[in-house]
Amino acid sequence: MDLLSQLRGQIADFSAFLHREGFVDDQFTQLQKLRDESSPGFVVEVVSLFFEDCEKLVNNMAKALEQQIVDFKQVDSHVHQLKGSSSSIGAARIHNVCIAFKTCCEDQNRNGCVRCLQQVNHECIQLKNNLQTLFNLEQQIIAAGGSIPAKQ
Amino acid sequence: MFSGDMATAGEILRRSLTDEVGVSKGSFSGSEELHVLAVDDSFVDRKVIERLLKISSCKVTVVESGSRALQYLGLDGEKSSVGFNDLKINLIMTDYSMPGMTGYELLKKIKESSVFREIPVVIMSSENILTRIDRCLEEGAEEYIIKPVKLSDVKRIKDVIMGGDGKQKKRRSVRKRGREDRIYSLSPSSLVQSSSSPAFDFLPSPFSTLSLSKRPKLQTRD
Repeated sequence: MDLLSQLRGQIADFSAFLHREGFVDDQFTQLQKLRDESSPGFVVEVVSLFFEDCEKLVNNMAKALEQQIVDFKQVDSHVHQLKGSSSSIGAARIHNVCIAFKTCCEDQNRNGCVRCLQQVNHECIQLKNNLQTLFNLEQQIIAAGGSIPAKQ
Repeated sequence: MFSGDMATAGEILRRSLTDEVGVSKGSFSGSEELHVLAVDDSFVDRKVIERLLKISSCKVTVVESGSRALQYLGLDGEKSSVGFNDLKINLIMTDYSMPGMTGYELLKKIKESSVFREIPVVIMSSENILTRIDRCLEEGAEEYIIKPVKLSDVKRIKDVIMGGDGKQKKRRSVRKRGREDRIYSLSPSSLVQSSSSPAFDFLPSPFSTLSLSKRPKLQTRD
């Protein structure tokens, strides 16, 4: 099997894995459809923006949860923001943690919030690594003379 | 004729010009690009909506808040940041939950404006709250879409607007069409065409009671 076919096989398997395990959902596929010659780096750009946002929000939430008196409304608004942006890029696991996180905020459950925050952090790291792997595979395909397959 | 200061004069000039140019009064010539004003406080969402619109061959202006949108349209009483000839918006798409001014408040201001009230306004929101949806539709929103917004949503909206039906929607009692429970509108002309994409389950129930289990996500599509 030539290199290109091998790489295509790898990326197909890897994408299937990401979907199956719920790391990404259909919205991510939607984003991939928005790439074209004029904007080949679109997905990478949006995803990078997302992770920047994510890190900032996680830090803010951590600070808020460390306070003597926790401002749960504040935390909730950060969670809301993260919930929205994770949904927009198809980061399904993160989005789902945010749903539970919101409940903890509403219940003013500090321990629950801390656990959710840890989970968010964990999922962000995992997703970042996974997407990096995906993007690397795409780069290899391009380097091997192929074009990024857009999922139909 | 131009009594008073330059800002006032500018506003008079701008208003008469926009009337002349014909800021979207429900009809669309079809030979021009649709110019969409998108409003969202999230920069991830701004990036996505901008791309969705550009790839659908729309001219896009994206702003981060309701007040910026009003500024752009020249509805804030200040001098518009845009040149006179450019102020032709065919569609406004706005997020609902924004700090400062919500999408609903922005919608109201637009519908109160004699110059801009004919411009269709689409509300986007991650929340499926029926009272909120009712309120927006009653206030004159063209559609209320549950985020995340998809390419098929943009294509559909574009078709509706470029269809140029121009007919006034009667303010009937609110009739909701829930297409996959994420798109709501009043008028039959906004009817969602049957889409080939399967139902989008954006709140997968296995995860609604979050646990840290490694249960695989149940796929409702593919």
